Amino acid sequence: MLRYSLSRFLGAIPTLFILIAIAFFMIRAAPGGPFDAEKALPPEIEANLRAAYHLDEPLYQQFGRYVLNLARGDFGPSFQYKDYTVTELIAAGFPVSLKLGGSAMLLALLVGVSAGTVAALRQNSRTDHAVMAVSMTGISIPNFVMAPLLILFFAVYLGWLPAGGIGDGSLRYIILPVISLALPQVAYIARLTRGSMIEVLRSNFVRTARAQGLPERTVILRHALKPALLPVVSYLGPATAAVITGSVVIEQIFGVPGLGRYFVQGALNRDYTLVMGVVVFYGTLIILFNLFVDLVYAWLDPKVKYS
Amino acid sequence: MIGRSQTVPPADGAPQPVKGRSLWVDAWNVLRRNRAAVVAGALILVMALMVIVGPWLSPWDYDQTDWDNVSIGPDLDSRHFFGTDALGRDLFVRTLHGGRISLLIGVVATLVSLLIGISWGATAGYLGGRVDHVMMRIVDILYAMPFMFFVILLMVFFGRNIILIFVAIGAINWLDMSRIVRGQTLSLKHKEFIEAAEAQGVATFNIIRRHIVPNLLGVVVVYVTLTIPQVILVESFLSFLGLGVQEPMTSWGALVNEGAQEMGTAPWMLVFPAFFLALTLFCFNFVGDGLRDALDPKDR
Amino acid sequence: MALLEVDKLNVRFRTPDGEVHAVRDLGFSLERSETLGIVGESGSGKSQSMMSLIGLLASNGYADGSARFDGTELIGMPVPMLRTVRGRRIGMIFQDPMTSLNPFMTVFDQMAQVLVHHEKVARKAARKRCIELLEAVHIPEAAKRIDMYPHEFSGGMRQRVMIASAMLCRPDLLIADEPTTALDVTVQAQILELMRDVRRDFGTAIILITHDLGVVAGLCDRVLVMHNGVEQESGPVDRIFYQPQHPYTRKLLAAVPRLDQAEIRRLASVDASGAAVGEAQPATGAAEAHAAMPARHEPDRTAPLLLRTEGLHVHFKLAPETLFARSRVLKAVNGVSLELHPGETLGVVGESGCGKSTLARAVLGLVTPSDGRVVLLGEDITGKDKKAMRVYRRDMQVIFQDPLASLNPRMTVGDIVAEPLRTHYPRMPRPEVRSKVAAMLERVGLGPEHVNRYPHEFSGGQCQRIGIARALVLEPKLVICDEPVSALDVSIQAQIVNLLMDLQAEMNLSLVFIAHDLAVVRHISHRIMVMYLGRVAEVADRIALYENPAHPYTRALIRAVPIPDPEKERNKPHAPLEGELPSPVDPPSGCAFRTRCPIAVERCARETPELRRVGDHLVACHEA
Repeated sequence: MLRYSLSRFLGAIPTLFILIAIAFFMIRAAPGGPFDAEKALPPEIEANLRAAYHLDEPLYQQFGRYVLNLARGDFGPSFQYKDYTVTELIAAGFPVSLKLGGSAMLLALLVGVSAGTVAALRQNSRTDHAVMAVSMTGISIPNFVMAPLLILFFAVYLGWLPAGGIGDGSLRYIILPVISLALPQVAYIARLTRGSMIEVLRSNFVRTARAQGLPERTVILRHALKPALLPVVSYLGPATAAVITGSVVIEQIFGVPGLGRYFVQGALNRDYTLVMGVVVFYGTLIILFNLFVDLVYAWLDPKVKYS
Repeated sequence: MIGRSQTVPPADGAPQPVKGRSLWVDAWNVLRRNRAAVVAGALILVMALMVIVGPWLSPWDYDQTDWDNVSIGPDLDSRHFFGTDALGRDLFVRTLHGGRISLLIGVVATLVSLLIGISWGATAGYLGGRVDHVMMRIVDILYAMPFMFFVILLMVFFGRNIILIFVAIGAINWLDMSRIVRGQTLSLKHKEFIEAAEAQGVATFNIIRRHIVPNLLGVVVVYVTLTIPQVILVESFLSFLGLGVQEPMTSWGALVNEGAQEMGTAPWMLVFPAFFLALTLFCFNFVGDGLRDALDPKDR
Repeated sequence: MALLEVDKLNVRFRTPDGEVHAVRDLGFSLERSETLGIVGESGSGKSQSMMSLIGLLASNGYADGSARFDGTELIGMPVPMLRTVRGRRIGMIFQDPMTSLNPFMTVFDQMAQVLVHHEKVARKAARKRCIELLEAVHIPEAAKRIDMYPHEFSGGMRQRVMIASAMLCRPDLLIADEPTTALDVTVQAQILELMRDVRRDFGTAIILITHDLGVVAGLCDRVLVMHNGVEQESGPVDRIFYQPQHPYTRKLLAAVPRLDQAEIRRLASVDASGAAVGEAQPATGAAEAHAAMPARHEPDRTAPLLLRTEGLHVHFKLAPETLFARSRVLKAVNGVSLELHPGETLGVVGESGCGKSTLARAVLGLVTPSDGRVVLLGEDITGKDKKAMRVYRRDMQVIFQDPLASLNPRMTVGDIVAEPLRTHYPRMPRPEVRSKVAAMLERVGLGPEHVNRYPHEFSGGQCQRIGIARALVLEPKLVICDEPVSALDVSIQAQIVNLLMDLQAEMNLSLVFIAHDLAVVRHISHRIMVMYLGRVAEVADRIALYENPAHPYTRALIRAVPIPDPEKERNKPHAPLEGELPSPVDPPSGCAFRTRCPIAVERCARETPELRRVGDHLVACHEA
């Protein structure tokens, strides 16, 4: 297990490296960007740039400097918000996004796994068909379509919930955004769990457990659940990436001041450093989370843990 | 082993060859019985027909402003079947036009990802060993990249070129396709009928042509059908953010964006394009599921 | 009162194609401590009938009739009540020990649950009982191993764990569904011996479901023969084997190749409806049930050798598990030299990991040897590239184990059989190709009207015939048969073996026949080569090998094979070979067999024995 962890960890390093390299070289190549020699920049920005990026140094040295800065948590100055560094902006926006995204993942797991398990246990019944139909809808309707519809329904027509913002930070304000963000994942996780559970329930070792006269509850909870959930654990990595991507749009729609919204504003306003910073930040997060999930999976699977 | 054919007993004269029942025919029969998939498939065809032919049925152009009828709801007199938007443009035509763009991008970008994915995956799977290891490592690394963000960056930095959109979107999805194709190629490679062909001395090219490709088609068809809605989704996502096709061209994502902004006052601007988008995605997913059941039953 | 009384038991399945009547009007009774063998081929309904007793049928199956266990009716019993019977009064073990144990739970967890649930024992006390039972089934270091996971056990040990779990609550009845089919012969002997011990120590009644008549002869008191869901015959084991009444039973007994019979008889074959095919058999007993066989085809030992290998080695480098592990080497074939004359059948026999399949692929050129030579028709073909090999492939063809997997599911039968012709004679005109294909199909017993059909429309035996047709359409001199009948039912197996022997006589074919079933190999081969862990243990002709085995492994192998003769089985000294097959990645030093050899001496660990001549055998043993 230790060897496995170490090798996975080392394997993640080139990925991180490539991510940062792509980010770095993209910003350098952007036409009309801050590094485009043809563009005339206001003198104070140009001064900032020179100071921050040492543009007279050879490219590889600039890259090295960039990486070192990243390691220290310094993403450079923002273009748009002249008084703030990107680091400060990330520090401001991320906690909000974390609350939103984290709640969405939790909700997705709880509801998705339960719904999928129930559907599997009652395979081909009306409950099963209902769960499958709803989850198909969840997968097919993009969250940026669902969100406005939800707002239309719950905020505009029924007036139960606010249409946007985070207001006083109370629960009312994050219900709709969290649901919009979670819905596609609930749907996917429900289908995944159902399929996996059905297959596990057909396996030979479940047959043995039943032949031994164990009560059905024991068979499901102690024999079937863990193997059935392994694919869901594997999916956590891509799920997080999807939630992060979705947050970009959800925060925009609901006017939530999270990192996603900063990113979109930055993109539209050509705040290159902010945008690069968010990409590297989120990218690193995803890579590390994937690594974590890989290790959890290996830990859960005795064949890897005890080889 | 279940044999479902009876030997035709030789009567007088030589027995006539019996027509065989290929696996494709079997799969088609299973698919036909799946009513949801059949309905969904029909709807897709109807949708395709509508977006091609529909705009000709309306007197309005997609970028034509009707100053007399700005922001009105569905109204038959003025022939604004779905109403108009804030600039007085007919929503019916714009929705169908947006459909053309969305579906076009869906199909073309899928083809791009198909080409890349199949070549990559089949090569890695068939050659195996070191080459496979390296190629799949690259896929793993790329998989971990936050692609959407990069695409957004590309759009921001390099402008909203429609070719760029195709390529960028296609490049996101080829990873999945390559993994699937590689997996299938690997399992085929070890199947005994491939070994039998090699033992007979069949040339590599013919092995690929006669033995590998026909057995890959099933999997490829399923995933193409499931990739199209994903691609449409990505394009809509980008358009929603204002990063997709340029005005006055439009796509469903862009229309949903406009509609979301006006939804308090002009909900039809949201509802119609959203409905079309959701329905298309829904149908493709259903057909894809149905195909998967028909061609690869153990996956259910 | 009998322990189990089954009367008019019917099992049906609702399928999209209609209702399948899997078991019809089955009836039998079983006394306490009695062992009943239910014998049948695939589709006979033997498993389903027993699964219905404890309510383990698939959701689309249902049973009606009566099955009274100790006076209580099982059919129709509500599931919660069935759960008090399952595991506690009726234990069950299944065919595949690999997948029948939960890979995510330790052995202790899985076993303890049964005790805790049925006997309300506390976990600590349960642990003691579980360890006791593991020791009773001869698991070494039981107290340590009980906390391990199933993947850390070998196949034979896993089956022991299953037996131990099934016996935890001292059930009155143990149902064993093909318990040894997935195991190697020597391990099978161990498990059968274990089942005898369990029966003796616990007094359990056993229902043994199997297709293997030898296993039944050795273990059962009574036998019930099933075919297509219907009981054909039942009675005491001696009567069934020595005086079978029903034609199906007789045919089944006559179709099984027997290890203890030297003279060749043509295996009887049974077609789908159970009627005898081809041979007229008025005989009454297994020993007499053979018709006169046309003179057996004999090889020409004066002609130059058709095939020869010299010191063949095939080593695979295994990918290291993690970044830092060393890469390991799998020595699949570790120095094999063989000779084959024209018209001869060389049988290659051995258990899992012995390298016989890899040897086949090395000879065929599908895998490049790491060392040594392959010489075909006097020419060295080792390591030749694809283009150069092409011309040799006309004379060397192959038949594989899995009938359906060896045919491309998307090609018609006609195209499959024609492919070798199109590959090697691309200019052959179409009508000629077609007629050759038709002739070949007819020769293997399939009518030419099947030419446009697809493989999945055929049964296993028919698919194997198509494979044979494809292999022979070029009229090769050598055919490598890699376990060609292992996946087939006994009666179909007999048909295919007969077909191969006929074709050999007709075409003067040489065959390399690879199998793990000694009796089949003995029947079809002229000479036999026994392999163990990549090396040759012994080579001898078919009579000498069995009458006078020189290598201790050969002796153990022969002793382990169950013979379908109850008297012989009862009188056999039951001392199965100890231990497990070592892993080919890490073979023992010196002689690979020494870890299990009863006559191993110190020299065996130091020096690898070479193959040398002892009498009319070739043996690789220091003590032979």
